[in-house]
Amino acid sequence: MAEPALSKTDFGAAGLAVRLRAVTKIYDNGVTALGPLDLEVAKGEFVSLLGPSGCGKSTALRLIAGLAAPSAGTVEVSHRASKADGRHPIGFVFQEPTLMPWASVRENVRLPLKLAHATTAEADRRIDDALAQVGLAEFAGAYPRELSGGMKMRVSLARALVTDPDILLLDEPFAALDEITRFRLNNDLLDLWRTLNKTVIFVTHSVFESVYLSQRVIVMTARPGRLAREFRITAPEPRGEEFRTSAEYAAHCREVSAALAPSYFGQRGA
Amino acid sequence: MSSFQNIGRMLLPIAVLAAGLALWELVVRINDIPPYVLPSPYVVLQTLVADWPVLSESLGVTLLTTLEGFIAAAIGGIALALLFNQSKWLEHSLFPYAVILQVTPVIAIAPLLLIYLPQQTAVIVCAWIVGFFPVLSNTTLGLNSVDRNLAGLFQLYGASRLQTLRYLKLPAALPYILGGLRIAGGLSLIGAVVAEIAAGTAGAGSGLAFRIAESGYRLNIPRMFAALLLLSVAGIVIYALLALVSHLVLRRWHESALGKEN
Repeated sequence: MAEPALSKTDFGAAGLAVRLRAVTKIYDNGVTALGPLDLEVAKGEFVSLLGPSGCGKSTALRLIAGLAAPSAGTVEVSHRASKADGRHPIGFVFQEPTLMPWASVRENVRLPLKLAHATTAEADRRIDDALAQVGLAEFAGAYPRELSGGMKMRVSLARALVTDPDILLLDEPFAALDEITRFRLNNDLLDLWRTLNKTVIFVTHSVFESVYLSQRVIVMTARPGRLAREFRITAPEPRGEEFRTSAEYAAHCREVSAALAPSYFGQRGA
Repeated sequence: MSSFQNIGRMLLPIAVLAAGLALWELVVRINDIPPYVLPSPYVVLQTLVADWPVLSESLGVTLLTTLEGFIAAAIGGIALALLFNQSKWLEHSLFPYAVILQVTPVIAIAPLLLIYLPQQTAVIVCAWIVGFFPVLSNTTLGLNSVDRNLAGLFQLYGASRLQTLRYLKLPAALPYILGGLRIAGGLSLIGAVVAEIAAGTAGAGSGLAFRIAESGYRLNIPRMFAALLLLSVAGIVIYALLALVSHLVLRRWHESALGKEN
C-alpha cells in the first residue's frame, strides 16, 4: 500500500485540523471515486460527510487517515509536536467494530499503545481512562464475541480514543446498530466530543444522524464524490432528545434531504 | 442439546464396535477358522498381551519417527508459509514444487529415498513430506485471511512488519495452522508406516509397520492384527491430542471451539 501523503506543515496558526485541496482518487481499475474535493475542517469542529453509498466519503476518510494516497491534490493533517507515550494524532473507527477476536477488550484497546511501544504503566492508565470514557470499565476482561453490537462499537471507540488523538475519523460507525442503541451512542459521542475537545469527521448516509450530531454537514454528490452543498447546523449545545424532536431539527433535516436528493436521482438516472 | 442425546451419541459407535467384534468372534468359532487364516478378536488380544514387549518397543520406534516427522513438518510448513508471506517472488518460485511433492505418492518416493539416505533419516523424511504440505497450505491461507480493516488499523498506527506478523497475522492464522497440524499428525504416522514398509525386512528398523511385514512373511497373522490395532490406536490418540490442544488454545474466541448455543 502507498505511503501516507501527509504534509508535515503546521497550519495550526490557521486553526485548521484537516485541509484537502483538489483531492482526487482514481482506483487502479480506472474508476474515479472521489473529487476533485476541497475541504477544510477547523480544530475542534464536528463535521459530517453525507452522501449516497459509493460516493467516496469513506475514501475521503481513508485519505485523511493516510491509509491511501490521493491520485491528485494534497491532504494536510495537523500534527502535534510529540508522539511520545503512545500518542497518535488520528483515531479511526470503522463501520464494523474491527476487533481482534483472540484478544480481550483490554488487549484490543491496548493495541495502538503496544504498537507505539508505550510503557505498561502508562498504557494501563490510558486504557482504564478510555474504557471509563465509553462506559465499559467492567467489561475489560470480556472477549469481543461476548459483547453486543453496541458494546463492540464502544470498544472500537475506546481504542480510537486511547492514543488521545486530535482528530477522530468515524466511518459510518453506527450504521449496523438498532435505533435505540444508535441514539444512545450518538449522545455518548456528543458528550465525548464536548468534554475531550476533539476534531471529529463523521461519515454517514443518514440525514438525521448528520444533522443531530454535527456543526457542519457536507452533502456529497454521487460517484465521483464532490461537494454538493454544505449546511451549518447552529442549534445550541448541548443537544439532546429535546433537539431531536424539535421543529428546528425537522426543518434542518428537510433542507439537507432536499440537497441530498439529486445525488440519488443522479445515481438512478445513470 | 440434552445430555441424554449426548450419551446416546457416545454409546452408539461403541455398540457398533461390540456387535462387530461379537460377530467376528462368532464367525471364527462356528466355522472353526484357524488363526493363520483369520484370528478371532480374543486371540488378537491374547497376542497383544503376550507379544507386548516386542510390540511396545516397535510402537515406540514408530511413534518417535512420527513425532520427528511431525515436528519437522510443523516447523517446515509454518516457516515456509511465513517466508512465502513476506516475499511473493519466493512463493511463486517455490509453491509449485511444494504441490508436486504433495501430489507424488509417498509410497513411490520412499524406495528412492532409501537408496540415498540412511534408513532412519529416510523414514523421517517420508513422514515430513506427507505432513508438511497441509501445514504449509493452511498457514498460507490463514496468513492471507487477515481482516482488511484490522490490517488498515495496524498501518494507521505505523506497525512494523514484525509487529504486524506477531500481533495480527499469526493470531489470525492460528485456527488454520492448528487445523493443518491436526491433518499433519495423522499423515506423519502414515508417512512413517509407508517408509517402514518400503524399507521392508531388508532394513534394520523395528517399527510397527516393519513388524506387520515381518509377521506376514512368518504367517503370524494374529501379531499382524495386534500391530495393526496398535497403529490405529496410535493414530486416534495423535488426532485426539491435537484436537484437544486446538480446543484449549481457541476456546475463548474461535467459532470452531464454541458451543452451539452461543
